[in-house]
Amino acid sequence: MAETIRTLSLIIVLAPLLGAILAGLFGKVLGRKTSHRVTVLLMFVAFFAACWVWKLTVLDHGYLNSVLYIWGESGNFTFNIGFMIDQLTAWMMLLVTFVSLLVHIYSIGYMADDSGYQRFFSYVSLFTFSMLLLVTANNFLQLFIGWEGVGLVSYLLIGFWYTKEAAIFGSFKAFIVNRVGDFGFIIGIAAVMTYFGTLDYTTVFAKAPALAKAGTVLAVIPGAPWAVLTFICLALFIGAMGKSAQMPLHVWLPESMEGPTPISALIHAATMVTAGVFMVARLSPMFELSPTALSVVLVIGATGALFTGLVAFVQHDIKRVIAYSTLSQLGYMMAAMGVSAYAAGIFHLMMHGCFKALLFLAAGSVILGMHHEQDMRKMGGLRKYMPITYITFLIGALALSAIPPFAGYYSKDAIIEAVGAASNIPGSGYAYVCLVLGAFVTAFYIFRAFFLTFHGKERFSAEVKQHVKESPWVVWLPLVGLAIPSVFAGAILAYPLLYASPSWFGKSIFVAKGNNVLATLAEHYHGWFAYALHSVTTAPFWAAVIGIVSAWVLCLLVPSWRDVLVKRLSWIYFILVKKYGFDDFNQVVIAHGSKRFGEFCYRVADAKILDDWIINGSGRAVRFGASVVRRLQTGYLYHYVFVMILGLVVFVGWFELFETHSVLAEMLKSKYF
Amino acid sequence: MIALSNYLILGAILFSLSIAGFVLNRRNVITLLMCVELMLLAVNMNFIAFSHYLNDIKGQVFVFFILTVAAAETAIGLAIVVLLYRNKKTIDVQELDSLKG
Repeated sequence: MAETIRTLSLIIVLAPLLGAILAGLFGKVLGRKTSHRVTVLLMFVAFFAACWVWKLTVLDHGYLNSVLYIWGESGNFTFNIGFMIDQLTAWMMLLVTFVSLLVHIYSIGYMADDSGYQRFFSYVSLFTFSMLLLVTANNFLQLFIGWEGVGLVSYLLIGFWYTKEAAIFGSFKAFIVNRVGDFGFIIGIAAVMTYFGTLDYTTVFAKAPALAKAGTVLAVIPGAPWAVLTFICLALFIGAMGKSAQMPLHVWLPESMEGPTPISALIHAATMVTAGVFMVARLSPMFELSPTALSVVLVIGATGALFTGLVAFVQHDIKRVIAYSTLSQLGYMMAAMGVSAYAAGIFHLMMHGCFKALLFLAAGSVILGMHHEQDMRKMGGLRKYMPITYITFLIGALALSAIPPFAGYYSKDAIIEAVGAASNIPGSGYAYVCLVLGAFVTAFYIFRAFFLTFHGKERFSAEVKQHVKESPWVVWLPLVGLAIPSVFAGAILAYPLLYASPSWFGKSIFVAKGNNVLATLAEHYHGWFAYALHSVTTAPFWAAVIGIVSAWVLCLLVPSWRDVLVKRLSWIYFILVKKYGFDDFNQVVIAHGSKRFGEFCYRVADAKILDDWIINGSGRAVRFGASVVRRLQTGYLYHYVFVMILGLVVFVGWFELFETHSVLAEMLKSKYF
Repeated sequence: MIALSNYLILGAILFSLSIAGFVLNRRNVITLLMCVELMLLAVNMNFIAFSHYLNDIKGQVFVFFILTVAAAETAIGLAIVVLLYRNKKTIDVQELDSLKG
């Protein structure tokens, strides 16, 4: 069975790469139609193989951990390219190939009249390849390759419309902020290399408990020793913060909405940004040993879940609302990681992958219908014109708001309850409050967007009105494809993934004995229907309902209240519009500051010291020296002779004075004198 | 018997005279040529003196060579001076400063 898994995994990983190469390098030759056919077909092959691998691992308990190729050897270290296929990987592969396939199909419609058509398909396939490389890795280095690969493709795709200044700005910002995170990540990998002597997952996991028990410490700041595992986990988590857009490295994600909408769905909602969450779950045997790291993960996650959600209240761009919602949901996933409810976090990751891709693609469908208008103030009443988009967006919104029995309910509620149950971790009280308030916030912003877009008065011009119609089938088919799991997947998967023992994650996720909060929750789980009914007694459900109702009141019933609120709470409004000042801080202090620092270096170090003093200075010194020495060269023969004689006298004198063996003295002593 | 030192002192005096002639003479290039000749003669004097006292004939052989070379050198030198005069219309040392930097 391992052999089958190995072959299938190779197909899964390499099929998108082949597609990317074909569409990217031979796109001109193949033409538009063939390019998308090739990439979609190869994606379908990958998806099919992923389903098969899922069956072999999750249902038949297959497992593969093998080295495919030795990339390099240096002393005792070997750098391998290899696969570790277990249940966690299988689920991730399934999600990535599924969403990617639908996004490929969707792009045929969405990008139909774009001049960079083949390039787009090539990038999307390349992205899928990188992401699959990341999830199948069996060592840290391959994880890092995939990690950087998705970062690169994300940069390329945000700046896809490279003539648009905002897109270039966004792609730069994404790239640079990710570098900050990757810096931490690579330090973490280096620390793993130093203390474990290998980058192989299984070996590292096996050695980790011994290292924790030995109490090895590391003084990052002199005089303040840290446990090595805590340091490694935190450094790796900084990488996750960059990739998974956790506060304060979240600033790039809203900016990435400048890219084409299918990309926002695939990369910035469903897959790439979840890489950090996946990484934490994959490294659960290490994070479990460091309560400090878990606590940090929990607090940062919960903070992001509430506060980035609040910013979505004041956004007018439909894609940005959903982008901030992504930030908030990533916060939920991280919070789940923090309380060791890895399964719940990954479960939410998968459900979120479906319904968030759905929301994005539905928003893209709206944008397509409105002729690339993204401002919700110029929409309204679209439900008559785009019924399929309307229904699917509603499903996505309900799933996101965690209304039972939609998918989001089972995953998100599990997270909130897990955080509530894990009272022994520092910061869990704060996190619980954040997450429950977050439930209200989520429901409010997404239904605000929903009501503004599909209900109420038609605020677009008569000219646009003539063109507004439902999008073509290639666009709405993926919406339906994603809407189905958004409705049913939660109810179906909640029990086998979270509460069953052993669950469908098997041994791929490690939870320490005292930390197993999901096991406590499992005692209260009696089937999906009872769990859904149980929701009416819990705070998150009512928070979400209040959110939906208040969105309805403010957007449709009495819109004038909105202005009153803005006026009354003008300072809060100001803070939210400014997004807590993160962007301004980065722009003014970091971007502008480093620019100023660069200018300072240029003026002082480069222009002054190097150019003026060293380079021009040496020239000037030679010129000055020459002007002095030139006076000696008078041109008169008798001067030269005089200098020659003087030289001779000096040399002979020197010789006589400092040589112990004086020739002159010997001569004078000889018999001839 | 005249001591070796006397010859050497004579040689040194001749040499010094020729140097003085070089440095002090500000007029004539021909004087410079003569000073060069004198310098060579001073060296010849040393050669002969040592040759005699060391009973080694090689020193005197050298003197012949030096005399020959000096004659040739003077011939060339005079030819240069003639050319110099043709081009510059002067053989005054103080006016010949085209080597100046």
